[in-house]
Amino acid sequence: MTPEGPAAHAERPAAHADRGPFAPLLASIAEKPQRPLAVLLFVVIVGGWEFAVRFFEVPKIVLPAPSAVLAALWSGMEGDLLKHFGVTFYETIAGFVLGSMCGLVLGILIGLFPLLERTLYPYVVAFQTVPKVAIAPIIVIWFGYGVSSKIVITATIAFFPLLANTIVGLRATPLEQIELMVAFTATRWQIFRLARLPQALPYIFVGLDVAVVLSVIGAIVGEFVGAQAGLGYLILQRNFNMDMAGVFAILVILSAMGIGLHMLVNAVQRRVVFWVESASDKVIGA
Amino acid sequence: MLTAKGLGKTYRTREGEPIVALTEASFSVDEGEFITVVGPSGCGKSTLLKILAGILPRSVGSVVLRDRPVDGPSREVGVVFQAPVLLPWRNVLENVLLPVEIQRRDRGLYERRARDYLRLVGLAGFERKYPGELSGGMQQRVGISRALVHDPALLLMDEPFGALDAMTREAMNLELLRIWSESRKTVLLVTHSIPEAVFLADRVIVMTPRPGRISETLRIELPRPRGLEVINSAPFGQYVSAIRRHFQSVGALDA
Repeated sequence: MTPEGPAAHAERPAAHADRGPFAPLLASIAEKPQRPLAVLLFVVIVGGWEFAVRFFEVPKIVLPAPSAVLAALWSGMEGDLLKHFGVTFYETIAGFVLGSMCGLVLGILIGLFPLLERTLYPYVVAFQTVPKVAIAPIIVIWFGYGVSSKIVITATIAFFPLLANTIVGLRATPLEQIELMVAFTATRWQIFRLARLPQALPYIFVGLDVAVVLSVIGAIVGEFVGAQAGLGYLILQRNFNMDMAGVFAILVILSAMGIGLHMLVNAVQRRVVFWVESASDKVIGA
Repeated sequence: MLTAKGLGKTYRTREGEPIVALTEASFSVDEGEFITVVGPSGCGKSTLLKILAGILPRSVGSVVLRDRPVDGPSREVGVVFQAPVLLPWRNVLENVLLPVEIQRRDRGLYERRARDYLRLVGLAGFERKYPGELSGGMQQRVGISRALVHDPALLLMDEPFGALDAMTREAMNLELLRIWSESRKTVLLVTHSIPEAVFLADRVIVMTPRPGRISETLRIELPRPRGLEVINSAPFGQYVSAIRRHFQSVGALDA
């Protein structure tokens, strides 16, 4: 559709010149219609929501209007919202790092020593089948009401996506590749370092992406069970006070945090795993 | 320079029944010779090559390469498989230098060799490109440079151009003969294409399946250097039909 080369580009401004000042804008919309459409959808949904709440006079404790949520967000920024955000953000990141590193290391060990997979993996799967929400109260009793229990709960959730994806990724090296390296007299360690580990990186990043989003959930679950600070703690408090606009404001912050972390992982992934166009077709485990 | 005596390989199926993939394979290869091994699928030619490369243990027999028995992978051997299997995160030059890195050779010394071989296969200027940016034929040329970079005595090739289209394949065969004549390596190439086997070889080892064995060795007395016009010559046709008749007479071809 779009012609390549300098000649094609040179013709464009001339072609747009007689269509008025909005021609370049219209052209960019025609090229990437998903962007204006996404904005349009957002405006329609939020606008419709605002209109519906006002028109039908929906009570504030059932559904707050977007404007009320925005106001709660604004006033919260002046209050202690940032402090609670900081706590939850710290728990999320610390739990994510702890859990995903454990999953990565164990995944590598299992990938290196097949015997470990047969002996250890059944227990890991058994652990994974236990809902983390169900063991959160136990962890809070063990580790206290402070941030450490939230970090541990988050880590248990972030652990498995990394473990599963690392194991699968380490198996992804084609047999021919390994045979070739053996023929060149490579040792087991060299095959691991030069072929299997880099080959596993796209899978590992899929695991990181899944784990980082789940980590936000882990921190909130931990705070629900028992906490003195954090956004999850604040949700419970505001819910108790029927401050629905305030709760929605926190939900906005949480999803922004999740999206931000997801985008961060993706940005790092594109730099590290530059040879893979998209690893989205390799999602395994969560 | 290479002598194989009574090579055999027997696999076991899941039910424990033995399957003979290769039996009583004996032959020798002279220094600088170009040997092709031809046969239909299941004749054990890939098994033979993997045993020679030291990546598959043999069941019986012996292999001697330059007076030393082969009991595993050797630094004296370079291999090329049907798939180029380049590492996508390494650029062309780093891929070619893979054996040098594995064998802990002096990188500075071999980097010049790597560049020389890339020039020889017509990839000068592509050193910093990544495999994903190359065509299949170019990737296989990188694979050939990689197999030659550490200066092996023997180059083993398992259907190296099997995944390429017919025209690229012809061009690659010409390139291979040129590389061979310039590098003076000993080459053993496995193929299922009879014309390809005849076109390249000093000697063709003909193999038949069930069980996989060498049934004939044919010396190809076509003048070198060979161009594609050789394919249309009468002697070339005679070699090809002789091998084809051979397969038909032993019932090796299902068709």
